[in-house]
Parts: sequence; C-alpha cells; structure tokens
Amino acid sequence: MPTSDPTPDMQFDDMPQQVRAGVMGMWVFLITELLLFGGLFAAFTIFRVQHAEVFAEAARHLDLILGSINTLLLLTSGLFMVLAEQAVSARKRGLALWFLAGTVTLGVVFLGIKGFEWHKEFSHHLMPILDLEFRYPGEHPAIAEMFFNFYFALTGLHAVHMFLGLVTLLVMAVLVGRWRQPSRLDRQIHVVGLYWAFVDVIWIFVFTTLYLLRA
Amino acid sequence: MTNTAATYNPGAGGSAEQPDHYLVGGWSLRGWLLTVDHKRIAWLYAISITAFFFLGGIAALLIRLELLSPPGDLLSGTAYNRVFSLHGIVMVWFFLIPSIPATLGNFLMPMMIGAREMAFPRLNLLSWYIYVVGALFTVAAVIAGGVDTGWTFYTPYSSLFSNSAVIAAATGVFVVGFSSILTGLNFIVTTHTMRVRGLTWFRLPLFVWANYATGLIMVLATPVLSITLLLIALERSLGIGIFDPALGGDPLLFQHLFWFYSHPAVYIMILPAMGVVSEIIACFSRNAVFGYIGMVISIMAIALFGFIVWGHHMFVSGQSLYAGILFSFFTFLVAVPSAIKTLNWTATLFRGEVRFTAPMIYALSFLGLFTIGGLTGIFLAALALDVHLHDTYFVTAHFHYIMVGGAVTAYLGGLHFWWPKLTGKLYSELWSKVAALALFIGFNLTFYPQFLLGYSGMPRRYHEYPDAFQLLHVLSTLGSGVLAVGYLLPLVYLAWSLWRGPNAGPNPWDAKGLEWQTGSPPPTHNFVKIPVVREKPYAYK
Repeated sequence: MPTSDPTPDMQFDDMPQQVRAGVMGMWVFLITELLLFGGLFAAFTIFRVQHAEVFAEAARHLDLILGSINTLLLLTSGLFMVLAEQAVSARKRGLALWFLAGTVTLGVVFLGIKGFEWHKEFSHHLMPILDLEFRYPGEHPAIAEMFFNFYFALTGLHAVHMFLGLVTLLVMAVLVGRWRQPSRLDRQIHVVGLYWAFVDVIWIFVFTTLYLLRA
Repeated sequence: MTNTAATYNPGAGGSAEQPDHYLVGGWSLRGWLLTVDHKRIAWLYAISITAFFFLGGIAALLIRLELLSPPGDLLSGTAYNRVFSLHGIVMVWFFLIPSIPATLGNFLMPMMIGAREMAFPRLNLLSWYIYVVGALFTVAAVIAGGVDTGWTFYTPYSSLFSNSAVIAAATGVFVVGFSSILTGLNFIVTTHTMRVRGLTWFRLPLFVWANYATGLIMVLATPVLSITLLLIALERSLGIGIFDPALGGDPLLFQHLFWFYSHPAVYIMILPAMGVVSEIIACFSRNAVFGYIGMVISIMAIALFGFIVWGHHMFVSGQSLYAGILFSFFTFLVAVPSAIKTLNWTATLFRGEVRFTAPMIYALSFLGLFTIGGLTGIFLAALALDVHLHDTYFVTAHFHYIMVGGAVTAYLGGLHFWWPKLTGKLYSELWSKVAALALFIGFNLTFYPQFLLGYSGMPRRYHEYPDAFQLLHVLSTLGSGVLAVGYLLPLVYLAWSLWRGPNAGPNPWDAKGLEWQTGSPPPTHNFVKIPVVREKPYAYK
C-alpha cells in the first residue's frame, strides 16, 4: 500500500498526494504526446480523404501479415506490462521481473520486425526518402509516394517512442531487481505502464489507418 | 486570504529574524546550477530571458535604424531579412513564451497556493536546461547560418528555397518546445494536487488561474508545433514532402498546423500578463477584483477559444471562404472574454483608493495598450478589411500592442510588484515611475505610427519604402529610442536596489495573497508554517 511509506518527497504532505501528482503528471504528458501524433494523423487524414483511392491502393503494398503479427506482439506485451504491475503490488519480485522481461522482449521483437519491414520496402523501392529511387508499380505514383512519406513518418515516430519506452522499462526492471521500497515501485511501475499502454494505443491507430484502410 | 495558522509575524519586518531565506548560503555555482528550488530556477530563467530580450532588442534597434531613411542603405535586403528573423525568433520563442510563466509564475505559483515546491522540482530544472541549450543552439544557427525565414518558418520558402540553416533553427525551437511543455505540465499538476487546506478553486488568485490556463495551452498546443517543425526538418533532410507541392504535399498545411500552435501561443503570452495585472490592480485600488467568477470563466474561455481561431492568419491564403467566415466569427467571439476582463479591471478601480505606484502605472499602461491592441484585432478579424490590412505594418503594430504593450509591460509591472518579495529589497520610487512612463510614451511613439503606415499601405518586412512614409518611420524610430530607455532604466535601479535598497519587509504593499504572508525573501521552503485559507481572494475591503 502506498500509505505504508512514511517519507514522501519534501514538497508533498503525504504519499497519496505524491502518487496523485505522479500519475496525473504522466496523464498530462500523454495528452501532450497524443497531440504530437495528432498533428501527424490530422495531416494524414486530410490527404487520405483527398486521395482516397490512391492511398487505399498504396496501402496494399504494406505487409499486412507482418503488421498483424506486430499488433499481436505489442498487445501481448501490454498484457505482460499489466501483469508485471499486478505482480509488484502483490509483492512478488521474481514474477514481476519475468513479466517485465516478457514485456521488453516482445517490444524488441516488434522493433526487429518493423526494421525488417522497412528493409523490405527499401528493397522494393518503396522508400521515398534521401533521394532513393521510388518505383511504385500502380497508378499515380506521386500521390502514392505521399502515402509512403506518411507511413515512414508515422511508423518512425512510433518506433522512437517504442525505443524510449523500452529504455524506461529497462530502468524499471533494474529498480524492481533491487527491490528497495516496494511501495515506491508501485507508483513508478504504474506510471511506466501508462506510457507503455499509450505506445500500444498509438500503434492501434497507426495499424488501422495505414494497414487496414486498404483497397 | 488569511494565514491564521502561520507563526511568522508579518509586522516585524527586517531580515534579522529570517536568516534562512532561499538566497542565504549555496552561492556556489553548484548551488544555483543544480538547484531544484522553484525560486532559484525562476531566477535562472529571469537572467536568461533578460539576455535574450536584449539580444532581440538589438535586432529591433537595427530594424528601426534601417527604416530611418527610405532607401535600404544601412542593411542589404538579405541582411534585413536575417535581422528581423533573429528579432522574431528570439523575442517570440525565447523571451515572450517563457517570460511571465517561467519567471514570476515559477517563483510565485507554489507560494500563492501555499505549497513548499512545484510538484516536480527536478523536471522544473530540466525544463530550464532544455530551454537554455535549445535557445543557444537556435541563436547560433540563426546568426551563423543566416536564417531568413522570419519567426514563422513559412513553407515552401523554409522547406525548399531558403539557403540557410533552417533545419538547425527548427530543431532548436523544437527542443525549446519541450521546456515549455514541462513547465505547463508542472503548473497543471501543481495547481491540481498541491493546494493548501481551504484553498478551493474559486479562492485561487487570478494569477494562478491564468498560469494554469497557460499550462493547458502549453501542453495541448506545443506538441503540434513540435510535429510541424519536425516535418520541416524531415522534409529538408530526408525529402519527406508533406509540405512540398512537387511531391504532392501542401504548403498551406504548414500554415494550418503552425497557427494551430502559434495562435494559442499568443494566449500563452497574454494570459499570464492578465493574471499579473489582476493582482496589481486589486492591490493598488484596495478593492476585490470586480466579478471574480466572470474573470475566471473569461480566462478559461480565452484559452478554449484560442484554439479555434487560427484560420484568421490565413484569410488571404486561399482557404475556403466558409472557413474564413467561421474563423472570423470565432475571432470576434474571443474578443468577448477579453473585453469582459478589461471592463472588470476598470470596474475594480471604481471607488477604490487608487495609488499610482510604479507597478500600478505599468498595469494601467497595460490596460490602455491592451485595449488598443485588442480593438485593432477586431479590425483584422473582419474578413474584408483584412484583405487591405494583411501583411502591412497595421498587423505589426497590432501584435506589438498585444505582445509588447501587453505582455512585456505586464511582465515589468509584475517584476516591480513582486521585486520586494523576490529580493527583500525596495527600489527607487522616482526612477521606477520614470521608467514606467518612458515605456508608455516610448511604446506609443514607436508603434502608433505603424498603424498609420500600415493603413496607408506600407508592407511589413520591407527594408526600403517610398519617401512619403518617412515622417512616420522617423517618429517610430525616435519612439524606439525612448522605449529602450524604459527598458534599460530598470536594469540600473533594480540592480542598485539589490545592493543599496532598503529592506522591504514581508508585505510592503499591504497586499493580500499567501505569498505576502511569509518573509521577503521567502524561506527555502516558502513557509515556516503551512497556512490555512479561510477567505475569498482579494479581501481588501
């Protein structure tokens, strides 16, 4: 229980206040993050509506199977994260470490598959950046190129967030490994878990708008 | 507000019984650069933004000197473009955005709600480091890389044509954005979770409300700017052509995304200023702020409406006429809460015992200048009139009335109002009044002629002009000299007060509010004993 810890940080009166502040801080940060992606999604939506058919056609050139596997991996990783949180609050250190390891592993595999997918698009000449040759087999290659621009911007930004999340999770794993002041761990893992859930949710939107809205 | 539980005796004054205030000890570099005390961080910000203010001011002076004569003789066209870009980038991103919130807000917000600290002290320090690193990097990029895009980085010029360090400059501004986000986050969480017992939402001073609303805007709008600048950098570095028409992109999309942040950003600059003015006017008319609830609703309404008016920057961009009509309508709407606030400040003066101290002169200047700035905003919000006025000096004058006449004047007013609290010292009454008057006269002399120039057709951002405009330009340049005196004077007598000023005592203005009920300078943890609030705010009568 958080209240069992008698020493909150200097600025707080008691532990519940500190927990409230920490959790609220993460929520506010996630709102910021939401609007960061929001700008990109808004821009994508405008082009998606303007060039509905070409975008839907271009989406067919993404690998739906790899995308689906990644969705599955990330959602499972999210499940492990929740379980890790529960394990910490049940004061089961070993179990919490296993669940955290599972969360991180699935996240790393996700990034690996994502990298493989990018390489696949690169070798199919569907990577319109750095003056690489863009060889699109369908009609309206210029507009399809815009689709791929958004694809790389959105998945790239998401991957950066995944990476930051994984670093935070590793720090969390070290903290759980040390197991000092478990009541603090409760709050910390809850805050980290919120971030990881956010990365999950953003991926659901990325997956839906890019992969599933296809011809 | 009453601090019934405090043991500290405000009447005693002097610094003898307050040996442990936040400035005592820890004068090592480490004591300042690694501090997590919100009061010291406020000083770090104050010193940095002052430096940037004078850098931007030098650029402004160069602009005014160039415009002294019709031909472009002092600066070449290119040099002029770089100078006004430097002026805009530094003043908007590195002075105005952090100005009141990061200095006065940082210092006072926790004290006004009876807290010992911000909710996240280390995050607060981090935000200063991010700010300094990002801002220095940007300024270096702008000066060395000759950035000439203006502070707005409009595409397609910034993405396709400008041969300058746009990527570096945009990255720097992107980085500084995170400092603003962290400050906003801290304000929101602190206001929500750290209020002292008895301090309900409707007992909060309006300065706290204003900074809270500012925090909301920072958190909600800044990320959209971040992603926009990121896309510019990606477009220039990787060739992701989201704003490039040749690649199927749309340069106007940049303007939409940019103003989705940058219009609310205007309210990041003006809302805290409104908060400052509310405190000063209440104190020096010995009256409760008229219509407190209305003021709170107006603050929140301005923050909200600020998000739906961005299209008024784009009336002549070719956006849909219907969008234009809506944006025009919403812009008129945002004037309503602003007018409510102005009228309420005026009503607060009514039957008050008005004292014309230096902070009050600044606050009354704000009232006048903000009214002119606001009313000319109505001109610009009118679709048809805007076709004539857009991109002229009329616009320049309008936003300088709001941002300089409004925000900077209020910042200085707040600095003078709370200086005794910040430092424990009193400054020269005479010189501070002289400076406040110099600012008011100098400001009007600088910017009023620009309304006339703009109305007669002088475009903004030109370094030469027809002879007919010279008289007004000369007046404007003369005014900028007077204005500079108004800005330089406080540096002198405020610095002097630190050294030779008499001790202020805890509450020299006999003001209400929790921050006045503790020592000056305040103890390290703000209060010797945590207060309890049993009264409405502004219980002057």
